[in-house]
Order: sequence, then structure tokens, then C-alpha cells
Amino acid sequence: MTTTTAADAPATATRQGTQIRLEHVTKDYGLATPAVDDISLTIEPGEFMTLLGPSGSGKTTTLNLIAGFESLSAGTIALNGADVGKLPPHKRDLGMLFQNYALFPHMTVAQNVAYPLRERRMPKDVIRAKVQAVLELVQLTGRDDNYPTQLSGGQQQRVALARAIVFDPKALLLDEPLGALDRNLRGALQAEIRRIHREVGSTFVFVTHDQEEAMNLSDRIALFNTGRIEQVGSPEELYRAPETLFTARFLGDSNVFELGTGVTGSSAGWQGATWAVDPGTVSTHPGVLTNAAIVVRPEDLGITTTAAKAPAGSNTVTAVVTDVEYMGSYRTAMLALGPSGVTGRARLDAFDSTLSIGDEVVAHWRPERQRIVAA
Amino acid sequence: MSTDTALEPGTETAYVTAGRKGRRRRDRSVDPIPWWQWVVGIAVAIYFILPTLFVIPMSFGGNGSFQFPPKEFSLDLYVNFFSNPKWIGSLGNSLVVAVLASLLATVVGTAAALGLHQLTGRLSQFLRTILMVSMVTPAIVVAVAVYVSFLQWHLVGSIGGYVLAHAAIGVPFVLVSVTSALGGFDAKLLRASASLGATPWRTFLRVTLPLISRGVLTGAVFAFVTSLDEVVIALFLRSPFFQTLPVQMYTAVTVEVDPTIAAASSLVVVTVTLLLLIPLLVRRPKRR
Repeated sequence: MTTTTAADAPATATRQGTQIRLEHVTKDYGLATPAVDDISLTIEPGEFMTLLGPSGSGKTTTLNLIAGFESLSAGTIALNGADVGKLPPHKRDLGMLFQNYALFPHMTVAQNVAYPLRERRMPKDVIRAKVQAVLELVQLTGRDDNYPTQLSGGQQQRVALARAIVFDPKALLLDEPLGALDRNLRGALQAEIRRIHREVGSTFVFVTHDQEEAMNLSDRIALFNTGRIEQVGSPEELYRAPETLFTARFLGDSNVFELGTGVTGSSAGWQGATWAVDPGTVSTHPGVLTNAAIVVRPEDLGITTTAAKAPAGSNTVTAVVTDVEYMGSYRTAMLALGPSGVTGRARLDAFDSTLSIGDEVVAHWRPERQRIVAA
Repeated sequence: MSTDTALEPGTETAYVTAGRKGRRRRDRSVDPIPWWQWVVGIAVAIYFILPTLFVIPMSFGGNGSFQFPPKEFSLDLYVNFFSNPKWIGSLGNSLVVAVLASLLATVVGTAAALGLHQLTGRLSQFLRTILMVSMVTPAIVVAVAVYVSFLQWHLVGSIGGYVLAHAAIGVPFVLVSVTSALGGFDAKLLRASASLGATPWRTFLRVTLPLISRGVLTGAVFAFVTSLDEVVIALFLRSPFFQTLPVQMYTAVTVEVDPTIAAASSLVVVTVTLLLLIPLLVRRPKRR
């Protein structure tokens, strides 16, 4: 709706928000491996895309490349089809949220929020109206004349959020914006960010190393690993259908049985046990054919005293209970699985107090609930 | 401290003395300053102010007498200072040179500080040293070098020559004070500003400059004062048509024995003191 977007946006932008397309994006600092290594990713208009990964995996560098703070070594970045790879940051029209808020300390809340509007030379009364409207959106009315240092961390991040969206940017880039906040506030601001994404409807690109945050917020997650994208998909896809062991381990807890060989037929063997393989649970990743692992989520793992008591058709493995943790709404049994005692865990009912440390049990799961991934 | 000691019943006496000492310290809220430090401090302060204590009374001593204590009270020397074109003219020259030189030094020094802040490693260190060199070089060496090169460039005796030379010796002051102001500057603000649509130049004007303004102003004042009382280079560059106040004062003492110098000195001392107080008066935006 701003005058600038109308001029720049080609006719392809039908939905609200902006499509961000990365093609063969590479950033090489001349180290052993490129920080970002040939990444291609299309972020759809209005989508909440999270770039997730451990530190040093290239997610922040990718965000900085989109923002224009880093220059591309190779590849292209296009907003709604228009190549922006050579544009300086101030011409890209992208809002950005930083971990340490980056509010201007010499300006009041209202002056901070008005900053992008003044840079766009909007009339004074328009600026005032927009500032009030956006402060209302982030629930910070009445703090106009406060300086940033007079606000709490959560309030400061709300001001930063207001400042980053007030000029209707093509997209909002969020660089671990909740990292500096304590746990309770983080939850509150997560809900806030989700609500604002719904109301504003523009494209959000969110960087975090916190998998829980990523699962809660995202439409889709791009999981980064050593400069490459390991897997892209909805939180449920990544959690239920990981392609690789890295993805399975990074999102949520899992029991991992490393097979040491590939899986080709309808069964798989692990340390003397033979398990049924449901073809629907086998990852299409080519690595599965040479070196595969079976992943079972803790909530899919059942515990019985003997193999005979396990439900018919389930896969089983012997286990020793090493600990039981009471988590309030559930219990977690820590297990040593199989002959070699691989560490694992099963989620139990909160009222199930029958297991105790040292019990020899049988863990079982349904073949369609396991996932065969590339190790 | 006292609670820890109190838990051990065997150290009753130790607790009492420790507690008493502790309380006395807490009342003062800092470690007490020993008497001899007061003595040294006051002695040093007097040593610094002493010339002023003589020259200011002498400046009111009247035209004929150049002595202390003054025999009479008179404003003659001040009248002479402000009416004699030699004195008032050289004051005007000094002010013009100081204003232009400090402006130039401030622009160059601030730009250098910003640039060097971005650089890291040896190159930055090297450039910084180059820019600071005039601070540690003996004034006479700088003066001779300036004189020799300005002779070739026909800048001796011209206002431009004074401005260039004085700006060069003013740059280190600006560089130091702006660099220290940049120490507390969050570079993320530059990215934030860019993401909000501000060009680098606008970002400098609206974000960087306001946040380092104290450093810039401090540097500018020091550059101004340095130029205002610089005498060695000015002696070399002087011409019959253009000389600065310090040069006129030097002439007054060595050649003319003109008591007006007492008034001139008093004026310079008071002005410079007031100028150096300026950065203290500028408050940062109200924060709490």
C-alpha cells in the first residue's frame, strides 16, 4: 500500500506479502567451508518461515544476505521476482528485528517508531496517526514519550517490532528477537508475534536456534546444517517425517537405532532384533540405501514387562530402566535400549508409577510410527 | 562481613574491631583520603593557579605600572587592549583562525575516528599513529617543517596557512575524544537505521552524530583552544600584515615591554577556562 511497493512490485504479487526467492545463494568468507553454501529456498507471500539451526549453521548469515548487510558471493535473491542482490539495505524496504532491540537511545518511543516514516518524508499528521495505530497493535499506547531505557526488555522489543512494521515493509526479518528475554516473556511475545503476523499478513522470516520456538511459530521451517539446508517443511513434517538423523535429533527427543547399513526390503535388523519396516515410513533421502537409522519418538514408545505382552505386530526391543523423571503432566522413563544399552526415553502417563530404576522391560512401537532416516 | 564473623563465637574481639572499622568506612561510602594526599593535591592545585593569581590583579594595575602587587586599580590596560588595533586585530585573527582550524580539525578528526572504528588490525593502528604524530612531535620540529613546506606553497603569512597548520595539530584531540565516544556506540543501530530506509548519510546525521556529539564537541573545544594559544608555528608563519594574539603577546614581552599583555593574558585564561567547561554543561538526553 505504500507508494514505493506499488512501483516496484510486478504483477505476479497477487497475495498480500512478498515472495522471497533465494537461488544458489552462497556466502564464502574464504574459510574451509562457505558460511552459506548454495542455498535455494522460496518463501511464499505471507508465509512465516523460520530459519532454524545450531550456531554457525549459516541461518543468520542467510538473513543478513536477504537484508543486504552481507554481500552475495554467488546466487540471486529476488523479492517478488525483482532481483535485489545488489541493492543496499536501505533500498530493500525490509523491516528487521534484532536480538538486542537496537532502539535509538536518544529518541523517545514515538520518535523511534516514526523514524522510518520520517525517512520516507510522510506528512506529520499521517506519521502521528500511523505511530498511534501501530503502538496500539503492539499494546504500548501511552508510552510515547518514554525513552527506551525506561522500558523493560519485553516492552523495548515491542517498540522495535512497531518500528519495523509501521512502514509496511515488503517483509519482516527477525534475528533471534526473543533470545534476550526470560522464559515467560518469551512465551508472551511469541503469541504476540503470531497474532501480529496474522493481522499484518506480510512475509516473516524468523531466525532462531530454539526448536520449540520454531515449532510454535512457523508455517514452515528451513533447518540449516553447516551452511546448507537440511530439510524444509511444516513443523509437523519435520517432526514426524525427518529425512535425516540430524533433523530427527534437532527437533524434539528421539530414540535412535543406528543400523550401520542401508534399508531396502520390508525388514531391518538391529543388534540381533529384526523389525518390520512400513514402506511409508522410509525417507526418500538416498542416504537411506547405504546407511540408515530408525527413529522412534518417546511418545510412540510403549513399555511392557515381557515381549509376549507387547501388542501384536509391533516392533520390540529389550530395555533397562535407568531413571524415571516426573514432569508434572507426564513421566519420562530413561532407558538403556538393547544389548549395547543405547540411551533412550519413553513418555509415560503421569499416574503410571509402576516402573522403578533397574527394571528389565520390553519397549515396543508400531512400525508405522517409526521413521527410517539417513544416518 | 559482620554476619560471617558473628557465626564464629571464638573470634569475639576480632569481630568488634572489624565491625567498628567497617562502619566508619560505610559512613563515608568511599575509602577515606589520607591527609598527605590532601596536602599534595592542594599544593599542586596552587602551583597551577599561581600565575593566574598574579597576572589577573596585575591586569588591573594601570598603564604605567607593570608590577605586583598593583599600586592602583584601573581599567587602562583593558581599554588599551580593546582600542589598539595591534591587540584587538590580532585577537580577531586568532579567533578566525581558531574557528576555521577547529572546524576543519573536527570534520577530519571525526571522519577519521569513524573510519578507523570500522577498520581493525595493523592498518588501523598504523593510520591512528600517523594521525597522532603531531601530538608527540616537539612543537619546534612541526613548526620548522610547516614553515619549510609552506614557503614553497606560498602559504606563509596567509590565513589559510594558519588554518591548515592549526587544524593538523587539532586533529589528534578530535580523534581521541570521538574514538572514546564511539566505544559505547552500538553498531547494530546502523543496521537498524538502514533497514528502516535511511541512507548512510542520513543515518550519520540522525543516529551516529547525536550519540557521539559529546565526543565531537569535546574534541572541537580542545582543537579550538589549542589553536588559540599556539605560538611556535604562529611565530614562523607570521607576516607584518597577519599575526595572532599569542604572537602579539610574545612580541609585547620580548620587544615592546607592553603591560597590556597582562590584560590579554587574563582574557585568554578566562575565555579558555569557560570554553573547556562547555562539554561539561552539555547533558545527554534525559535518561533514568
